[in-house]
Amino acid sequence: MRPVSIIGVGQTPVGEHWQKSLRELAVEAVQAALADAGVERPDALFAGNMLSGGLCEQENLATLVADFSGFPGIEALKIEAACASGGAVVRAAHMVVASGAHDLVVAVGVEKMTDLGGDGVTSGLATAADADYEAAHGITFTALNALLMRLYMERYGYARRDFSPFVITAHENGVHNPQAMFREAIDEKDFLDSPMVAEPISILDSSPVCDGAAAVVLCPTEKARSFTERPVQILASATATDTIGLGPRKDPLWFESAYLSAQRVYQQAGVSPKDINFFELHDAFTIVSALSLEACGFAERGQGVRFAQECNIHRNGKLPISTQGGLKARGHPVGASGTYQILEVVDQLRGRAGEAQLGNVRIGMAQSIGGMASVAVTHLLGVEV
Amino acid sequence: MNLPRYRRLQPAFYRLQAARCTACRQVHFPSRTRCLGCGSASMEPVRLSGQGRVLSFARMLHAARGFQDSVGSLTALIELREGVRLVAQLTDVEPDGIGIGQEVEMVLRRLRSDAEQGLIVYGYKFRPVLKRQAGAQAQS
Ligand SMILES: [Zn+2]
Repeated sequence: MRPVSIIGVGQTPVGEHWQKSLRELAVEAVQAALADAGVERPDALFAGNMLSGGLCEQENLATLVADFSGFPGIEALKIEAACASGGAVVRAAHMVVASGAHDLVVAVGVEKMTDLGGDGVTSGLATAADADYEAAHGITFTALNALLMRLYMERYGYARRDFSPFVITAHENGVHNPQAMFREAIDEKDFLDSPMVAEPISILDSSPVCDGAAAVVLCPTEKARSFTERPVQILASATATDTIGLGPRKDPLWFESAYLSAQRVYQQAGVSPKDINFFELHDAFTIVSALSLEACGFAERGQGVRFAQECNIHRNGKLPISTQGGLKARGHPVGASGTYQILEVVDQLRGRAGEAQLGNVRIGMAQSIGGMASVAVTHLLGVEV
Repeated sequence: MNLPRYRRLQPAFYRLQAARCTACRQVHFPSRTRCLGCGSASMEPVRLSGQGRVLSFARMLHAARGFQDSVGSLTALIELREGVRLVAQLTDVEPDGIGIGQEVEMVLRRLRSDAEQGLIVYGYKFRPVLKRQAGAQAQS
């Protein structure tokens, strides 16, 4: 296995793209990433996506994107890992370049969600759970997360209000990201007043339905500097799984997939949580943020919410999270979100995050979670200072 | 939901058929062919009691396509007497009539009425267990 670096990134704004189709979004991100990298033609293209079949009646997605990007002929495959597809596509591209199979690979995460009505999207998202034993019973994905949130509140003695720092921080940071869907700060009252989706989860505990695409270009580290002065190395990359249903788990409040994938990247890179400068986590729901922080070793069990309350997650805190808005404010076009995370980590490490720029960062982590954390993809990225 | 899939699911949906490992006795729901506990591939079908308690619950204010009847209903994470946990909808319960620890029992109810091919899909839901009043039988 050879070291791999990211040499270019590209994205579309995140939002409701009524004028742009699935293919147009993906192609726009691919072209922007290739232009940033100074690459004319990649050797292969991987498309991360969760719902193109269900929401857009389009499978064979990677072929479509390769074709309309101007590269019919190259190898192209779709990578799907539910809401973690955008992380998984970078993981797949990383394996391909690290193995020596290809040199120049573009990984694009894309999702087009807004063409369908709300109940259609709700049905689509439910396919990340167990189709026969969860979704077929009319149980929504938000309801499953709500079960975890209430259990967490009950076991560790938290109130709904205690989860607000995750939301307030994400929206604060989103203000500084011109690509973000929401660029308005909110306060605790907004959070407490927001309507319920699946009690105890409200609209503002949740990330929005939206469209977007993000792409990154990978190449062997030894060749990276011939493309850019500021490559970012993939220090570690790992995926792990858990049972697909909540029922069979020893403890529903423990994200084993997030834990295992984090342990694997720490081991690969020879680092521990205290070495990580910032963390793009999967804040699809506030409860998921808390459980991700605990699984990755940033907080003890039951302390993820307290960790946020103690201001550690702010841009000046011990571990800034959602530094450009996260899934919450940048937006969560599900199969693209993991790729947006990687792109945002790259921007921070290259010093190209604009008003969202953190000072003095060397190692960033991104974790993309799919289903009820039945799959998690974790990456560590770094630059020499 | 379609007919062949529904027919395959009926043992689980109608009577909570599960799989028990013949080596370590761990019970699995949904059924699986290899034990998560010990790795054995020797499993036998068993029927779960349907008796359990609520570990957590949520009220759904949005529904997936085809489940409009579920708006406002309660979903629960339930632990059965056998130690098996599952997620199911609650029924026969007032909106504020549930709490963590509530004892529940399985009942067969309609899951949806407008599936493909006009299917009406039935399956397990859970309702609160009503305590029998002591001596009630003697008085009747
Ligand atoms: Zn066993």
